[in-house]
Amino acid sequence: MTDVRTHQIDSPALSPEAGFGDYVALLKPRVMSLVVFTALVGLLVAPVPVHPFVGLTSVLFIALGAGASGALNMWYDADIDRVMRRTRGRPVPAGKVAPQEALAVGLGLSGIAVVMLGLAANWFAAGFLAFTIFFYAVVYTIWLKRATPQNIVIGGAAGAFPPMIGWACATGGISVESVAMFLLIFMWTPPHFWALALFMKGDYENAGVPMLTVTHGRRATRAHILVYSVLLAPVSVGAALTGIGGPVALAAAVVLNVLFVVGALRIWRRDEVQAAADAYAVEKRFFRFSLAYLFLCFVSFLAEAALKSWGLGGW
Amino acid sequence: MSFRPDHELHRRRMGRNLGIGLVLVVFVGLVFGLTIAKISGGGQISGFDHSVRPELVPEETQ
Repeated sequence: MTDVRTHQIDSPALSPEAGFGDYVALLKPRVMSLVVFTALVGLLVAPVPVHPFVGLTSVLFIALGAGASGALNMWYDADIDRVMRRTRGRPVPAGKVAPQEALAVGLGLSGIAVVMLGLAANWFAAGFLAFTIFFYAVVYTIWLKRATPQNIVIGGAAGAFPPMIGWACATGGISVESVAMFLLIFMWTPPHFWALALFMKGDYENAGVPMLTVTHGRRATRAHILVYSVLLAPVSVGAALTGIGGPVALAAAVVLNVLFVVGALRIWRRDEVQAAADAYAVEKRFFRFSLAYLFLCFVSFLAEAALKSWGLGGW
Repeated sequence: MSFRPDHELHRRRMGRNLGIGLVLVVFVGLVFGLTIAKISGGGQISGFDHSVRPELVPEETQ
């Protein structure tokens, strides 16, 4: 998920010293909320019951790990964040938190999150969390983001791991179901981000980030959104056919994917003149719907798990 | 004897310090709750403790 709030850096209320809220902002709380939700669903739909308190702490430490990787991202990307409208109000580019401090917070919280998840759940889940932090901070932020227009495609894996970690907390391993949840988020991320890149016009270009809109143009980006949306459909329906799915999840997947592909088709049909005329209304609507899409897909898995506990649902 | 007035730094950092304090209290609560949850989970929580305790050895199946 992407934080699309824009910030005002010239505000007279700007504090010369970081407050507690600035350190919280360093952890990208809105991104953490998606991590909490998907990890929780991964944990709850797993076939192995987990003590509620152990489950709660596990999800909290997965979220803390995600927050830590967000802080590492802000440390490394401060130069880019300073240029982009969307990110210039973040604590590091706004001058509230020093980059070295963001690095220390990121590394410290990463260590705490991994060790505590190992103690709370199991060391496989903890190792998986460590790998996810490494993937987001090093593979995506340091390596891919500035190197290739496929940054979102491959880097999106980092955001797709949390439900697998949640599943691993309960089962101690990986299975078809957890891979299906991973693939769902993995395929969903590119159209979600590219829709954002279309209406955040100029941001990535100014920052020199090789986003698809910058390297291949907006027409190609619209085509890519359509292709990935079409590819997402079988992945989503496939997930509903696994052990975490059932009739409710399948019905939800079919309806949601039809709407998703229709939205992508609308984006593909438009050109920049049409988009500029209505201030990117279709692209913004698609972006908002993509958030609802992912949320409802995971809610449908949760619904199947609840129905199963009453002897209904599932295949 | 009178209390010294707070330095300006103390007032400025009050919010941050309270936040950190709250986080630490929550963390201690989590570790405590986790300990209780693990212990009440029925797992093996005692060991040999420097002397052999036959009751802890799993019975061999014939």
